[in-house]
Amino acid sequence: MNKVKLEIEAHSENVSMARVVAATFITPYDPTVEEVSDLKTAVSEAVTNAIIHGYNENGGIVSLIFSAENRVITVEIADKGIGIENIETAREPLFTTKPEMERSGLGFTVMEEFMDSVEVQSTAGEGTTVTMTKELRGAVE
Amino acid sequence: MKLQTEIQLNTRGRVLVAAPSGEIDHHQAERFRTQIDSAFEKSSCRHILLNMSQVSFMDSSGIGMIIGRYKKAETRGGKLVLSNMSEGINRLFEISGLSKIVTRAENAETAISMLGGNFNE
Repeated sequence: MNKVKLEIEAHSENVSMARVVAATFITPYDPTVEEVSDLKTAVSEAVTNAIIHGYNENGGIVSLIFSAENRVITVEIADKGIGIENIETAREPLFTTKPEMERSGLGFTVMEEFMDSVEVQSTAGEGTTVTMTKELRGAVE
Repeated sequence: MKLQTEIQLNTRGRVLVAAPSGEIDHHQAERFRTQIDSAFEKSSCRHILLNMSQVSFMDSSGIGMIIGRYKKAETRGGKLVLSNMSEGINRLFEISGLSKIVTRAENAETAISMLGGNFNE
């Protein structure tokens, strides 16, 4: 079992840092190029959501916990922002509360597509935690 | 593949050719959107070609940016074409349903000839 914790200030330029850590974290497990890309994309979506929806781009802390056990990668991404009023609606493809920002409303759809499981826990006024898992099936010795 | 994110913009006939490089996430999509729109508005171009050959990463923020430029080209009765897409970007493209409305071309030259960029002005 391995674990890495990361806390970043909720600035959009920090999302790339979260992606780099995600990619670095799984490197020892011989992932395929596609698995690295899937994880990076899912992390990018969840962290971006925390910054622009959770904190409304007003700053705050986004915490990430990466863990690995038997080639199953778990990523927990948490914010203490405004929370999601209706998780079911938020997860619907193309649903967005910010169309004026050209948000596509595909964040959760992408996370679901690229990871094996995506769980969302949210309390209005307290924050949101997204927990995603992915089993690395790629490189076999 | 460049690590630094930047965009090259030029025109070919009535096609604005935009070639972003690096990573397209929320932060960069915002920058690219402003730069492409400003070049488009200053030009007499009708169409936009997004050459994706130098893009190393894209998330759904990029999809939003592409839809926005599709609409932008539409305001002048033009089209948006994407070229040189990597496998990863193509997957995102399929998931988003964008593949149903935006034309893809293998490379920039094919895209430009599809848009008639060699002829008119």
